[in-house]
Formats: sequence, C-alpha cells, structure tokens
Amino acid sequence: MKAFTYERATSPAAAAAAAAKPGAKFIAGGTNLLDLMKLQVETPTHLVDVNRLGLDTIEASGDGGLRIGALVRNTALAADPRVRRDYGVLSRALLSGASGQLRNKATTAGNLLQRTRCPYFYDTNQPCNKRKPGSGCAAIGGYSRALAVIGTSADCIATHPSDMAVAMRALDATVETVDASGKSRAIPIADFHRLPGNTPWIETALQPGEMITSVTLPRPVGGTHIYRKVRDRASYAFATISVAAVLRPDQGTPRFAFGGLAHKPWRVEAAETQRDAKGIAAAALAGATPTAQNAYKIPLVERTLASVLAEGAAA
Amino acid sequence: MNDTHGFTLTRRGALVGGAAAASAGALPAEAQTLTKESPTPTVPVAFTVNGKRRELDLDPRVTLLDALREHLHLIGSKKGCDHGQCGACTVMVDGKRINSCLTLAVMHDGDAITTIEGLGTPDKLHPMQAAFVRHDGYQCGYCTPGQIMASVAMLQEIKDGVPSYVSADLTAKPRVDGQEVRERMSGNICRCAAYSNIVAAIGDVAGEDLA
Ligand SMILES: Cc1cc2nc3c(=O)[nH]c(=O)nc-3n(C[C@H](O)[C@H](O)[C@H](O)COP(=O)(O)OP(=O)(O)OC[C@H]3O[C@@H](n4cnc5c(N)ncnc54)[C@H](O)[C@@H]3O)c2cc1C
Ligand code: SF4
Repeated sequence: MKAFTYERATSPAAAAAAAAKPGAKFIAGGTNLLDLMKLQVETPTHLVDVNRLGLDTIEASGDGGLRIGALVRNTALAADPRVRRDYGVLSRALLSGASGQLRNKATTAGNLLQRTRCPYFYDTNQPCNKRKPGSGCAAIGGYSRALAVIGTSADCIATHPSDMAVAMRALDATVETVDASGKSRAIPIADFHRLPGNTPWIETALQPGEMITSVTLPRPVGGTHIYRKVRDRASYAFATISVAAVLRPDQGTPRFAFGGLAHKPWRVEAAETQRDAKGIAAAALAGATPTAQNAYKIPLVERTLASVLAEGAAA
Repeated sequence: MNDTHGFTLTRRGALVGGAAAASAGALPAEAQTLTKESPTPTVPVAFTVNGKRRELDLDPRVTLLDALREHLHLIGSKKGCDHGQCGACTVMVDGKRINSCLTLAVMHDGDAITTIEGLGTPDKLHPMQAAFVRHDGYQCGYCTPGQIMASVAMLQEIKDGVPSYVSADLTAKPRVDGQEVRERMSGNICRCAAYSNIVAAIGDVAGEDLA
C-alpha cells in the first residue's frame, strides 16, 4: 500500500471539504477501497474516515418512504423489518452479495461506489482506460466472459458489480449528497451511475469531494419482489447476470432492472410493458453488443426472466 | 537456531532472513516504503482486545489483522488471501464478524475486538471450539480460527433475526438448518474441504442435526 495520511471527519461538510483536495478519498467500510489500495490500483494520499458521523440510521422519510444513512451496513439494511416487508427486492439483493463478514462492514454509499471487477482493472501490468486513462482496454479482445453486453464503448466494456444498486434502480431510489461548500442535492439513481463513453474513469455524477449522506426510497410500491442472481457458484460470487423484479405493483407496470449487463444497473422502462420474458428481454437488450465470450448473457437474460415470471405467478 | 539479537529466531524469522539474504539488495517496494521512507505520521489508537485495553501508535496503513498479529502478537487470526476472499482473518468487532484484513486498525478507536484467543483457552474451550475438535472440523487447521469466529457470530446473527439469501420467507424468523448454515458460512473457505464436518460441528452447538 502507498503511504497516506488519515483523519477522522467531524461533520459531513467538513469531510466533503477534506476529500475535495487532490489525492484525498473517503473511507467507509473499506472493503473495496483497501482491497484496491493493496494492489495499488487506488493510491490515495489522504483518507477521510466517515464512519463516526452518525449517518448510520434508517428513518421514515416525509413522503412515506425510507431514508437510509450512507453508513448503514449492508447487513443492517437487509435485516431492517421495514425493508424486509416493503422492499424485499432490496433485502434479497443485499443478501446475495459478498459474505456475512463483508456485509457487516460494507456500507450503503460504499456499495454504490464499489468499482468494477474487470480482471484487467485489477492487474496493474495491463492496459486499462479506467485505471490509467489513455492506456487502452485489455478486455476488448481479451477475457470478457464476465463483462458488459450493452451500453459499452470502444474504450471500456466493464460492468458495475453491485447487487444492491440493481434493486435500488428497480425501486427508483434517490442518492442524497453534500459538497465541500455544505450544499446538498438529490440525484435520481437512474442518473447516478454513468456509461463509460470515452471517459470510463468517471463512473458517477458525483463531483470531487461530494459525499453521499443518504439514499431515499419512495413510498412502498407493493407487489411481489424477486431478486434472482445467476453466478458460477451458489454463494459468495458476483453475478454473471441478475434480475431485480417487482411484479404486480399496486400501480403501473412491473419493473425489471438487471445486473451484470452494463456499466450501470440496467433498466429500460419501455420494456416493462411487454407481456412475456421474450418481449421484455428483447426490448431491454435492443442494441446490445456482446463479445463472443459473453454472448451467452443474451439468452440467459430471457431465461432468467422466464424463471422469475414463473416464480412470481406461483407466489 | 542461535540467539543473534537477544531473541531466539522463530522458524518464520529464519525463513524471512533466508529469503532476504538470497535476494540481497532487492527488497520489495513495499518493504522499502515501510522501513526507509516511513513518510506517514503515525496515528494513536486505543481499543480493547479480548477485554484488555490496548494502545498503539500506528502507521495508518496497518490493517486490523496486522495490528493483532504483528503488533499485539495474537497470531490466532490468520492471513490467508489478505483480500476478504477467504475468511481466515475473521474476528468480531462489537460482537459482529468482519474480515480484519480489509479494515484499518486506526478505524477501530474505542471498539471491542474479540479474536480466537479471547473465545476460549486450551483448558477451557468455547463450545464451538470443542465441537470442531469432536467433529474433526478441519484438516490442516489454518482456516479454523476464522471458521470458529464466523460460526459463533453467525449463530448469533440467526438469533438476532438476520435473514439470508436462502431464507424462504424474508419476514419470518430465520431457522438453523443445513442450507442456511452453508449459505451463511460461504465467506470462509477451507482448502482441505472439511466442510461437512464444520457443518456438523455448528449443528452440534446449535442443537440441530444438520447432516
Ligand atoms: C470477496 C468479495 C466479494 C464480494 N462480492 C460482492 C457481491 O457478490 N455483490 C456485491 O454487490 N458486492 C460484492 N462485494 C463488494 C462489496 O459489496 C463492496 O466492497 C462494499 O459494498 C463496499 O462498501 P464499503 O463501505 O466497504 O466501501 P469502501 O471500500 O469504504 O469505499 C468504496 C468507495 O466509496 C467511496 N465512499 C465511501 N463512502 C462514501 C460516501 N459516504 N460518499 C462518497 N464516497 C464514499 C470511497 O471513497 C471508495 O471510493 C464483494 C467484495 C469482496 C471483497
Ligand atoms: S473493460 Fe474497462 S475496466 Fe476493463 S480493461 Fe477495459 S477499460 Fe479497463
């Protein structure tokens, strides 16, 4: 690990001001950042510890939804009685991720901001535009079995690996932040993560130093909640693909968001009016550009959707 | 092995010394930063480990695992992958299991840490330690401290009502059954694959036949 200095932040705005300085980064659970620092993929020179700011509660929000503090641990969020009852897809998505130990440390904000698992991003001997802008992309033409099939660019085909974020996309969550000047804003989850384009190192709408303070969920939408994760082993593995579904909501069409397909949680609202798995998959994946190695994801999406719809019909 | 600097060399010390001698002048980059430059101001941190208050002044890079092993000489917690993938470093912080390799020691000021050394002693084993012995829940034993720490904390999580990905009903009280235990213990890898005996040991403590 490269040397860095360390401070314990005293307030969100002070943390944001400290993290706005070049080379500085927030640290929350540390389960992604420290992993990458040990490999020198991340080399911050200053860490701002945001663990003791009291942002670890889940409260009712004014409009009948929930406000989840940025530092709420993944286990605590998945186990919250309100989340289990009203937002089951989020609880299940969280529980499908990582391990018991990691979920006890991983935070809401850190999970949203975890970085890709592209093997070349992790290997500092390889070209990677995301890790080293302008160096090229070793994944294109390389080992791409786990990587993105849609929304890709000529510069990067990485996926966003979070399960939690996929469920939050299906639930239309909002990310709340504060910046160095103390100003706060709310970013709809649909606009939070970005596609790689020709700047794959810019992954979210956050500005330097901008700190996530909470994530809000709108009032419960009802319906049957399913999170189905397809992976190479039954537990403790990232998704090859995943589906977050809310079937028969109290109002409107069912909702489907997908993990493992793109640089962001993938949701195409227009696909949700389709009647069957085939139609939904075709509309959600229109314009996909898979590689020879990850073309299997295209039929896998349709089949997983068919299984999710069958489970939902039986529920 | 003779006494060179006033303390007896351990087998590990001899191995490290041997490797350094073999590649004289070619210290890995990491070792150079840690010894020569040491550009980082140290940070004071105080926490309790197994009920005892410990105060340390640490380079912020020191992980909780390295603080326990290298600074406090509690070498029960093991370094397997050092990347949160194997579970050998599992300890409890304020009663919750975590990977001690993926957290900085300085982030734990004021916390209560429990390691395998604090769970039981050779004369007075914790019930989970005794069950692992009874059921042969290991072969080489390297992952065992992490497995035992994770098992104890995992049963508490079930008692506390934390659901898992395989719980059929998210809103119901979770049960202790074979499927639940396997899913909840997936963060601990056993290279010898003593898994069935580990599950049997956990079942023994939980009062369930999980075979
Ligand atoms: C072995 C292993 C398996 C895993 N498997 C899965 C899996 O199957 N599914 C899955 O979804 N995830 C998985 N993960 C990833 C895990 O979910 C993330 O590591 C975790 O959620 C990150 O949260 P953290 O709080 O530890 O983040 P940190 O590591 O502390 O931070 C991550 C990033 O977020 C930034 N950050 C943190 N807090 C804030 C804030 N409040 N405001 C602004 N920026 C902030 C940090 O600067 C850093 O860049 C796995 C991880 C490991 C090690
Ligand atoms: S796909 Fe993206 S993350 Fe992977 S090597 Fe290419 S640029 Fe890097």
